[in-house]
Amino acid sequence: MDLIVNGIKEAFRLIVTLDTEVLSVTLLSLQISGSATLISLVIGVSTGTAVALSEFPGKRLVASVINTGMGLPPVVVGLFVTIFIWRNGPFGFLGILYTPAAMVLAQAIIATPIVTGISFAAIQQLPDKLRLQILSLGATRAQMVWMLMREARLPLLAAVMAGFGGVISEIGASIMVGGNIKGYTRVLTTATVMETSRGNFDVAIALGIILLMLTFAINYILTSIQQKGGR
Amino acid sequence: MKARTKPVLTISELLVERGGNVILDVPELILSAGEVLAVIGPNGAGKTTLLTAVLGLQKSISKGSVARGGLSFPGTPPHLYRRGFAMVFQDSLLFNGTVSENVASGLKIRGFGRSAIKKTVSEQLERFGIAALRDRRAHSLSGGEAQRVSLARALATSPEILLLDEPFASLDTPTRESILDDLEMALSGSDTAVMLVTHDRVEALRLADSVIVLAKGRILQRGETIDVLRRPANEFVASFAGTETVVAGRVVRSGGGLVVVSASGVEIEAAGDAHKGQRVAVCIRPENIVVSTGTRSRTSARNSFAGRIVRLLPMAHFHKAVIDCGFPLVAYITHHSIEEMGLREGGRVHVSFKATSVHLIKKER
Repeated sequence: MDLIVNGIKEAFRLIVTLDTEVLSVTLLSLQISGSATLISLVIGVSTGTAVALSEFPGKRLVASVINTGMGLPPVVVGLFVTIFIWRNGPFGFLGILYTPAAMVLAQAIIATPIVTGISFAAIQQLPDKLRLQILSLGATRAQMVWMLMREARLPLLAAVMAGFGGVISEIGASIMVGGNIKGYTRVLTTATVMETSRGNFDVAIALGIILLMLTFAINYILTSIQQKGGR
Repeated sequence: MKARTKPVLTISELLVERGGNVILDVPELILSAGEVLAVIGPNGAGKTTLLTAVLGLQKSISKGSVARGGLSFPGTPPHLYRRGFAMVFQDSLLFNGTVSENVASGLKIRGFGRSAIKKTVSEQLERFGIAALRDRRAHSLSGGEAQRVSLARALATSPEILLLDEPFASLDTPTRESILDDLEMALSGSDTAVMLVTHDRVEALRLADSVIVLAKGRILQRGETIDVLRRPANEFVASFAGTETVVAGRVVRSGGGLVVVSASGVEIEAAGDAHKGQRVAVCIRPENIVVSTGTRSRTSARNSFAGRIVRLLPMAHFHKAVIDCGFPLVAYITHHSIEEMGLREGGRVHVSFKATSVHLIKKER
């Protein structure tokens, strides 16, 4: 029991005193997962919207593939990204294995289907006649897409949050392609695993609490925006 | 009546097919500036398809084109072609945002400046009596308010052609009446041409100069609204135009502007002329029939029959009576008259109607 109580005490000390080690790990986490989310946002929202707005044979199949992608196991993504960027892999020449860039790449691959899938559903659930209404007002196709995205902004926001939530708490791919190198590729999740295995429960708990707080903050922002929009 | 000569919309040889079926086949249709055209017809007749095709939103156009002014579609960039139109659907389809933002949306799309938008939006809000709602969230409005916003949004861009797809169908009667008043005011003295899809003959009569009757994608009749309702071209239009009684018959005598038709064993006189032996459908509108009790009526009407009330159905403003007088005749009787004459199902009555109230549809053979 002491182990836990002391752990939590120490955790708060580390957080309150802005421990450099903990701080750098947190910032790197935010940077890597933030970048990955941004990439997935650009690709995912545009792909999801494009699929939702176009009619083509096999649309249902494409939608199913996207939805399957939403549950992509990070370890599998990590495995394939590692193989591809391995020294003598097809993209080995890039030399990005065990770098933050590789982590951003892997996390973007995990987040993109999540953002795509939710964006697809967000645009799909708008009434079909809304598109006709916008076009009847003289909108160009680009204006129409923009206005539809504005109408679906709450679920689109949820898509971004879900993407970010998915990658910030992910560990499998990050440890495989990043290697958990101190001060370089060590992020909240990989650091937590390492500190736990070393028996440094205070640091591990501190990192865990930070991760929890980040997740809570994300959900708090999302929920308040949704509540505001629903009024 | 304005001089309505300048064509603003021309449909030529338009054919819309889906899965090998003809959805719409309109060889020609011209709409003039300021004209209000009602499009009536049963469900699935192609009414909405006609509006979306006119707007260049129909993907399955197999042949033909539509033209607004000098711009034809296909051929013109779609958004430029569409910028002379505005459309209001049955659902108000408002955007997330305030009432003002909604009314401004068409102008914003066209890149108008802030002050021009503000001025036009204010005018439209006043016109539709929603100025007090300008800062309300559009999604918090009632159905009637929302439809006013939708109309204001459509008219804010001063369209050449306004397309209305049953915009009043889901409103209660008082709300519909008051919005119709405002719309009539907004359209009077404007050059905006209107295509109004409706199920409601009263709405068509009230707003439209002319009407087309669509069925299975084809125009069955086009003419002035009152004319189409009084003189339907065929039995389908007749039933749709509210001619409750249609009886098949054959001309037995004709001359002096009067035709005598034998139908179901009785002789019916109609104004007009036809040759003897001609097969016809006799159309009698229910509001033109006088029902009386007691002795034969003393009216000058040429047609007078004794009959028995088979059914008496209460409607909103009158009773609908089905009277067997050799053929089933439908008449509208006021609630007051029903009480006064003590009418009931099974009761004996006399019916009469003028020869000029009878419309004959001549059959091919």
